[in-house]
Amino acid sequence: MNELLVCCGICLSATSGIIALLCGRGAASDRLFSGQMLIAAICGALGALRSLFAPTSSTFGAVWQVPGGQFLIEVDALSAVFLLPVFLLGVLGACYGMGYYPVERLFDRAKRLRIYFGLIVAAMALLLIAKNSVLFLAGWEVMAISAFMALTVEDEKPEVREAGLVYLVATRIGTLAVIATFALLRVQSGSFSLTLSNLSANSGLATATFLLAFLGFGLKAGLFPLHVWLPAAHANAPTHISALMSGILIKMGIYGLLRVTSFYVTIPLWWGAFALVLAVLSALLGVAFALGQHDFKRLLAYHSVENIGIILLGIAIGLIGRASGAPYLVLLGYAGALLHVINHGLFKALLFLGAGQVIESTGSRNLEGLGGLARKLPHTAMLFLIGSMAIAGLPPLNGFVSELYLYLAMLKAQSMPLGISSIALGFSVPLLALVSAMALACFVKVYAVVFLGEPRKPLTRTTKEGSWTMRLPQYVLAALCVTIGLFPQIPLAVLGTSCSLLGGHLPLLEPNSVPNLTTLSYLHLSLLALVLVFGAIAVRVTRLRSVPTWDCGYVAPSPRMQYGAASIAADIIAMFKLMLRPQASSPKIDTMWAGRAYFKSVVPEVVLEQALYPLVRGFSGLVAALRRRQRGTAHFYLLVLVMTLLAMLSIWR
Amino acid sequence: MPVVEILTHLAVLLLMPPLLLGVIVKTKAAFAGRKGAPLLQMYFDIWKLLHKDMVISRTTTWIFLAGPWVTLVAVFVAGLLVPLGGTKAPISFDGDLVLFAYLLGLGRFFTVLSAFDTGSAFEGMGGTREATFACLAEPALFMGLLVLARLSASLSLGTMLGGTGAAYFSTAPASAALVLVSLFIVVLAENCRIPVDDPTTHLELTMIHEVMVLDHSGPVYGVILQGAAMKLLVMGAIVVRLVMPVRAANAVAGWGLFAIIMVLLAIAIGVVESVIARLQMRHVPRLLVAACLLSGFGVILLSR
Repeated sequence: MNELLVCCGICLSATSGIIALLCGRGAASDRLFSGQMLIAAICGALGALRSLFAPTSSTFGAVWQVPGGQFLIEVDALSAVFLLPVFLLGVLGACYGMGYYPVERLFDRAKRLRIYFGLIVAAMALLLIAKNSVLFLAGWEVMAISAFMALTVEDEKPEVREAGLVYLVATRIGTLAVIATFALLRVQSGSFSLTLSNLSANSGLATATFLLAFLGFGLKAGLFPLHVWLPAAHANAPTHISALMSGILIKMGIYGLLRVTSFYVTIPLWWGAFALVLAVLSALLGVAFALGQHDFKRLLAYHSVENIGIILLGIAIGLIGRASGAPYLVLLGYAGALLHVINHGLFKALLFLGAGQVIESTGSRNLEGLGGLARKLPHTAMLFLIGSMAIAGLPPLNGFVSELYLYLAMLKAQSMPLGISSIALGFSVPLLALVSAMALACFVKVYAVVFLGEPRKPLTRTTKEGSWTMRLPQYVLAALCVTIGLFPQIPLAVLGTSCSLLGGHLPLLEPNSVPNLTTLSYLHLSLLALVLVFGAIAVRVTRLRSVPTWDCGYVAPSPRMQYGAASIAADIIAMFKLMLRPQASSPKIDTMWAGRAYFKSVVPEVVLEQALYPLVRGFSGLVAALRRRQRGTAHFYLLVLVMTLLAMLSIWR
Repeated sequence: MPVVEILTHLAVLLLMPPLLLGVIVKTKAAFAGRKGAPLLQMYFDIWKLLHKDMVISRTTTWIFLAGPWVTLVAVFVAGLLVPLGGTKAPISFDGDLVLFAYLLGLGRFFTVLSAFDTGSAFEGMGGTREATFACLAEPALFMGLLVLARLSASLSLGTMLGGTGAAYFSTAPASAALVLVSLFIVVLAENCRIPVDDPTTHLELTMIHEVMVLDHSGPVYGVILQGAAMKLLVMGAIVVRLVMPVRAANAVAGWGLFAIIMVLLAIAIGVVESVIARLQMRHVPRLLVAACLLSGFGVILLSR
């Protein structure tokens, strides 16, 4: 039943873009598309929720004529956690697209974009329920390629083409590693089935599988230093595609990692330690690079690197818990990771959609030119504030809840006999605190330069809120962020089943040792109530007199004198300059009556520009001789393919 | 927890904070050979401000007015999680120390945003410094709490600090001493005291907290003063509970002892402010990193 519902959702969203073509170029076709995505989301979410709240294990199989492949699907509690945001962001993105990328105005591109959008959602859902690795790969590839097509829909811009190319190369390498992972799994288990639970991790093969899975899935997830494709891709895609990619597409890598590690009975401790190091690195450098960005969407993209790091931290805690037989760590670590997957999907999509509204109404992605938009875009300003608080992990919102789960696990480990792991988890506590304090600083920067103060460049008449179709998705996301934050005990109870799927044969945590967060829920509710009540009283009794801002006696302040994005981030960037390599060009003023001067500072994508590009350039120099064999004709490539296949078959059969 | 104790907790939390500022001012005056403002001056100031009209900048939005209120409420709720004079905190649950730190973060977020809301370069400068230094103070605070979590095998401030701090000094004296110094530095930094910030300077360019609230006036400025004083009490309470030497015989003695040590802490802050100068801005990170590392050594010492 659940499988059927999700399959309905998949079919509906896969066909939505094509069916909408029947309606021509009117607004009606956009409505048809969104309507179909809505029905798809209802079907899919219903199936996911049913399997989350009433877990029944029922696999559904059908014949499929692909070598090694089998159409075997199952919606288990782990898939369901990922399916919910897939379908939610699917329908919200479609709704946003009606206002942001209307087919009436942008016919050719919008109709293509809708087709890819539906396909991405369908493919993600398919790979989440696939129980056969060939079927999984089919979903994975459709997702990766449609995402490439969607991201390059505005391919007349050179930066979009470059972003698309880097993404394409990264996803090809990732898929190669994923295929290799599945091939190794086949060697270990004897089949392409993904319903495994008893592999032994004490072999070289298992080690290779783990590392390859980290490479393949980590590339998709955007873990540092595999994130190279991510900033440019998120920055240059249409905004609702960025929201979908950052919100949930990159989490498919996390899903893959969770799935593959759940196949093993026992976990060596170093798997957990490896994940822990990468997690902290990713979180810390993700937010540090984010602070250095002046491009609104690029900045948000680096926060995805940070949040993937936080999610991986939860996975690392879970792995360490499994390796050392600590059910508390398994539950809280995995629950924190899974909840953060959902939370990040919610608040990051909210932030991207808000950013889209800002970009749409000002025509600029550059933070330094914005300012004072809170009065022009009051809805966006309020919603973006909620998103900023959530991503900075502030109570009483959802980001705090998932971080709290991780803190609880790391602090609880201090009173467990875990030896060195307990120290390692202990030192991760202040590091996570550092990450979230930096995220707070970064969103102070974004919010302050975009929404507060005075506009740094004069605003035009077009600076106004968009249609309700762009606003509604943001309200839905913000409401969900607040709800999860106000009831922090509920996700922990619901995610228990999913975590037990990941915990191997470890016994479940007794119900009385699960931390009780009901008090926190009351505290969050009273915090909100107190703020609202005091706010209402304050507004009632306040008597105001309006004057210009006091600039310490200076009589002719100009908006350009405000603290800008670069100045806010400068001190923190200086602390991380060894890694960030900021490039600043400042004018040399040596005459008395200096003329106009410009200061410029850029934090480049260090890994891509200073490590990978030189490497690739060197490599293509080496293989230049081979390039002469490139004929550019399809039948030549087919010939090579067939010959390779024959050669491989004759060797291994 | 008995009702009387909860009421005492609320009364102390709401009413004692301005006194601490008075004590600090008196101590500094004594060092400078002046008479100084009356001990209760801050109460008069806040009372007067609450009855004034407000003059606010045209640039601002609702965030400007919300900032001080959210900060006050956040610090107040954080104050319910720390034991003051009683045996326990009014509200306690596993993980409340994280909520404690993040509530202070919530307050900081809104204070800084309401500073930026004015569009003034000075206030932007102050807000930037506050957010930057918090990036170092926050890990130091968590490192300190980590040591306490290891020492007490507990996940809540109520049990961590609910007993007597002297117990930590007898079981693990070195770690307890390190964490005490580290948390004292964090209290100084987070409450804008010398050597990190100087609340009495007359040059906006060198200030952190005071420059953020340049444009606030009247009742909201009173709210800011009360919030800042309450934050000093709430964070100071952690240090005080750490050194509270004996378990008091009864409740009254417990609260009396708390009040005395809290005042001693305020005097200590006054002494620090009188005898050392404010650090250069670029040297502040070193102090905070040092605080973090001190607690880090505390963790390592406990890992034998």
